[in-house]
Amino acid sequence: MTTTLPAYDEVVARYEPVIGLETHVELGTNTKMFCGCPTDFGGEPNTRVCPVCLGLPGSLPVANKAAIEATIRIGLALNCSIAEWCRFARKNYFYPDMPKDFQISQYDEPLCFEGYLDVEVDGELVRIGIERVHLEEDTGKTLHVGGATGRIHGATESLVDYNRAGIPLVEIVTKPVPGTGALAPEVARAYVTELRDVIRSLGVSDVRMEEGSLRCDVNTSLNLPGAQWGTRTETKNVNSLRSVERAVRSEIIRQASVLDAGGRITQETRHFHEDTGDTTPGRSKETATDYRYFPEPDLVPLAPDTAWVAELKAALPELPRLHRRRLQEQWGLSDADMQSVLNAGAVELIEQTVAAGASPAAARKWWLGELSRRANETGVELADIGATPAQVAELQGLVDAGKLNDKLARAVLEGVVTGEGSPTQIMTDRGLEVVSDTGALTAAVDEAIAANPDIADKIRSGKVAAAGALVGAVMKTTRGQADAKTVRELILERLGA
Amino acid sequence: MAAISREEVAHLARLSRLAVTEEELDTFAGQLDVILQAVAQVGEVAAADIPPTSHSVPLTNVLREDVVVPGLTPQEALSGAPDAEEQRFRVPRILDEDVAS
Repeated sequence: MTTTLPAYDEVVARYEPVIGLETHVELGTNTKMFCGCPTDFGGEPNTRVCPVCLGLPGSLPVANKAAIEATIRIGLALNCSIAEWCRFARKNYFYPDMPKDFQISQYDEPLCFEGYLDVEVDGELVRIGIERVHLEEDTGKTLHVGGATGRIHGATESLVDYNRAGIPLVEIVTKPVPGTGALAPEVARAYVTELRDVIRSLGVSDVRMEEGSLRCDVNTSLNLPGAQWGTRTETKNVNSLRSVERAVRSEIIRQASVLDAGGRITQETRHFHEDTGDTTPGRSKETATDYRYFPEPDLVPLAPDTAWVAELKAALPELPRLHRRRLQEQWGLSDADMQSVLNAGAVELIEQTVAAGASPAAARKWWLGELSRRANETGVELADIGATPAQVAELQGLVDAGKLNDKLARAVLEGVVTGEGSPTQIMTDRGLEVVSDTGALTAAVDEAIAANPDIADKIRSGKVAAAGALVGAVMKTTRGQADAKTVRELILERLGA
Repeated sequence: MAAISREEVAHLARLSRLAVTEEELDTFAGQLDVILQAVAQVGEVAAADIPPTSHSVPLTNVLREDVVVPGLTPQEALSGAPDAEEQRFRVPRILDEDVAS
């Protein structure tokens, strides 16, 4: 393309975007939705299959109670109503990712409906309406052979692994979200982030976008102020939180350039490309009515008992947003400081470190300082850095007890991260404990004074600030293992300052 | 009036990837029409006091516990497949050349 795309700021000054999000979450149940096959990620192809998920003749599905319960809990956490009675439906389509040639899903009777999720963007609360939360089964994985880079286009054949086929999948659909203006991309990202945190807090899925247990499709349309909503496109293949934001932004710009040139937006599926940040048209699919949905005859209806739903509701954990606000108050952090904790993905880690006995300030210092730096350098998630909250709390305990100074503590932490053992163990094994034996220190101080008579004179004459140089000399001879404060006191004492 | 048109039968055949000849379309449209008429007749009997049902068994909430049950080995799973490769089900090209863009 040679045409110059309009600038984003300029586009959102003229057009109003409307977004909508469709999110799929793979539940972390032990077994699949309708059979007892295990659901673990990975594994050799077709090792987690049985007659039910392979759709073999004569097999019958039975719904997984834990998956129903997890879906109801998600619905309740999103302030939804729970259906008193609903059914599964067959979604028929001709594609080999499902061996039955249909997917068991829900159609006009979702398990949960009419809810909302409040998200914070730029300090403002935005309420995202939830249209529905329903339960379906995930599809198998197809490997396209013979085309370029595994793409379906040009492939001569495809190889299918049904390990994933039948894993419980929850689909969460928002209502259209108008009125967010230039913030539409940020709102989309904030929603997916908040949804992920809510679902994680429920413990029903590990919601890892990079492993595909959280997948997101983004709908975008543009209209002129006061005009009807425009035609929307659906962007798929959005595999990270950052991509959610980028996909909305790039689609807004693309649609504006089409509209500016007098063109029309086609209702279509588009694919997001992580590398370029652009979207390209996907394959045109059979229209919605062609799925020939009908009630699944092999399953009986669901009628969640009101007492059961009430029980699940009573047991819901505190919402992440409220939980975070409470922590922020407890930790005494400003909004900006809390934001950096959030950005570092350190909320839970700090919380657990504090629970293990460290002060909030110390816990935050380690996780946001030394450990975040290491995580950035090595490109791993902070939670996977190799140090546990309990170990960080233990380390801080040693600092508080005066056994480690800051420099030594950092050396010990290095050992913890590389798997040398517990902080106490590493301190002992490597002999890193602070030298607190005053006799040994006094000798080192006297030595430093003798070696630096000029500085010693200055201190004697009242220039206390000069003591720093002698402290440095002592730290050097004790290989950093002295407590700087004690050393300083000793120096001033010896020189009568 | 026919309950199903010849065009609708042709549409369904296309969606199901069934190659149906012109003569067969006539035959099937006629046969399906008879079936649908019979179902419609049952529908006429249903009065307001008979709730619509999608299932012959009056049950709800048939659920199972979330417990792993041994399934098939890959060899067993693939034994009925027309073709397999790399322990996966092998299927012919999914997109026609003219569909590919």
